[in-house]
Amino acid sequence: MVIYLDNNATTRVAPEVLDAMLPYLSDLYGNPSSMHSFGGQVGAAIQDARAQVAKLLGAEDTEIIFTSCGSEGNNTAIQAALAAQPEKRHIVTTAVEHPAVLNVCKHLEKKGYTVTYLSVDRRGQLDLMEVEAAMTGGTALVTTMYANNETGVIFPIEQIGAIAKECGAIFHVDAVQAVGKVPINLKESTIDLLTLSGHKLHAPKGVGALYVRRGFRFRPFLLGGHQERGRRAGTHNVPGVIALGKAAELAHQHLSAVEQERQLRDSLETQLLALIPNCEVNGGGTTRLPNTTNIGFKYIEGEAILFMLNQHSICASSGSACTSGSLDPSHVLTSMGLPYTILHGSIRFSLSRFTTEDDIQQVVNVMPGIVEKLRAISPFNNDEADWLQGRDLVHSA
Amino acid sequence: MWDYSEKVLELFYNPINQGAIAHTNEPDVAVVYGEVGSIACGDALRLHLKIQESTETILDSQFQTFGCTSAIASSSALTEIIKGKTLDAALKITNKDIADFLGGLPEAKMHCSVMGQEALEAAIYKYRGIEVEHHDDDEGTLICSCFGITEPRVRRVIIENDLTTVEQVTNYVKAGGGCGSCLAGIEDILIEVQRDRTAVAARVEAAAAPLSPIQKINLIQQVLTEDVRPMLIADGGDVELYDVSGDVVQVQLKGACGSCESSTATLKGAIETRLQAQVSPELTVVAV
Repeated sequence: MVIYLDNNATTRVAPEVLDAMLPYLSDLYGNPSSMHSFGGQVGAAIQDARAQVAKLLGAEDTEIIFTSCGSEGNNTAIQAALAAQPEKRHIVTTAVEHPAVLNVCKHLEKKGYTVTYLSVDRRGQLDLMEVEAAMTGGTALVTTMYANNETGVIFPIEQIGAIAKECGAIFHVDAVQAVGKVPINLKESTIDLLTLSGHKLHAPKGVGALYVRRGFRFRPFLLGGHQERGRRAGTHNVPGVIALGKAAELAHQHLSAVEQERQLRDSLETQLLALIPNCEVNGGGTTRLPNTTNIGFKYIEGEAILFMLNQHSICASSGSACTSGSLDPSHVLTSMGLPYTILHGSIRFSLSRFTTEDDIQQVVNVMPGIVEKLRAISPFNNDEADWLQGRDLVHSA
Repeated sequence: MWDYSEKVLELFYNPINQGAIAHTNEPDVAVVYGEVGSIACGDALRLHLKIQESTETILDSQFQTFGCTSAIASSSALTEIIKGKTLDAALKITNKDIADFLGGLPEAKMHCSVMGQEALEAAIYKYRGIEVEHHDDDEGTLICSCFGITEPRVRRVIIENDLTTVEQVTNYVKAGGGCGSCLAGIEDILIEVQRDRTAVAARVEAAAAPLSPIQKINLIQQVLTEDVRPMLIADGGDVELYDVSGDVVQVQLKGACGSCESSTATLKGAIETRLQAQVSPELTVVAV
């Protein structure tokens, strides 16, 4: 049995979701745009799914556009916001965004836009004063994540939105990690555009949605057919859309029970911190998602920890250089100013509503042994280690 | 997920020779360690050697590693490979030997094997009293400032591993894996090494065909002019081709070279090696 604690990477498809989508992979294969009732019934099902997603967000049905993934939503939203105010050439974002926002911003810098990357403090939190100071009359867009994928830290979204509105900027929120984990009501919100992704909330991969506030001058990103009222061309991923609808309905029902996830997460944290010396919670000092914990185990390296966990069929993830695909450690943890002794040994456990007390207990049982074993190999196994002396342990930007 | 060989996983889950070697007062025994990497880079290795001084033989070897699965496995592999070897034999070990011992490493993890080879070199240099700061690599210009990699290090890893792309260089020594501003510089080194390789290959190919006496003399002259003389002139010496009779090449050593008895033998050897590699393996050199 796999102990799956990597739900911020992706989640299992809920059984009810699978049941809901399966007919659309077999008998109900019509094109929702067709002018016959065989296709028409599929079109109606898509409208139902749209209503389910809208309900989860407190939005109207017409404000939901189905997309293929979170990255598409973020790309579309940013381009649409800039196209709506072509005379403005400044973007405000944060240093800890997902690459699907960060790399779009970096690309736009090459195209002549100016981008301000807001810093975060040691807890991973933004400073609202800095947000305010970053705004100019030429700011077209403020784009921030709702909650961070690595630490779970939640940004003060409505306060940021209020600052954006005051300055006449459009406000986009990448809520991929937050949707389904925290209540969101877009009717009473400053958010203009919001991205979500299906596979983070127990729908399959390959489907997402973008919320576009009614009245927003939206320019499509993908051109072609008239699907999604001309706002996103391309034949619908019908099974995916139906699945996302069902997943949204289930997430809405589950919101009230999210406290159980928080309790399990807290229990994992408390026990690990009590059993293992020299470790700390990254982002622990501020508001966080109920399902995420990121713990830095000092003096050892994350990939090695993950392979040790893997031997016990435990799935987690790490922000260490060796797992990132590049050679640099996580930009999120680096931005928080964590010392290298913690940075490379940070492990993220992310829970879901399928996580059990037994899962947590298994991790608590094996983790102290893993840390001890790797520390015995490490030449840096304490702050007094001679090799650490006289060295700069915090990354300087 | 990295596709590690069974040997990598075996040495990671059950590492052999982990730990340090305590200093000892045993006669004829020296304990020394070499280190490479840093906690900032995300991997670091401290390699401990116990050396029999009279024979320069590695009696024992232990490692302490901060790093990922393949860094730990590479370190453990290295300690196994070098036990019982003389220091000279150990210095001949390349990162490829470590990777081969492990049944291969994922391309992006080759730098773990390079780290092993470098720590070994550092330990031996330290034992021999050669300041690491003064060995060839570190005299070169820094090419990658993110990971502190010098040009000679990049060149060495390209030559030893037959690398052809910038991406491979990044996988082997990390250079270019940070901000990426040195990627063009690495490309230039690759082109240079490739050019040298082609030139040598062309000569070897030419040498494979039977040469007429005059072609042979011309080629010998060319090797002396392009490869040998610049090296000697830099040290205040020079060499001139006197005659070629069959496979015997007669040279006159000049300047600082000619007057020094001990260097004559060394030089004769060095010139011979080059001529044998690039003209004909049968050649011998005599100084006249």
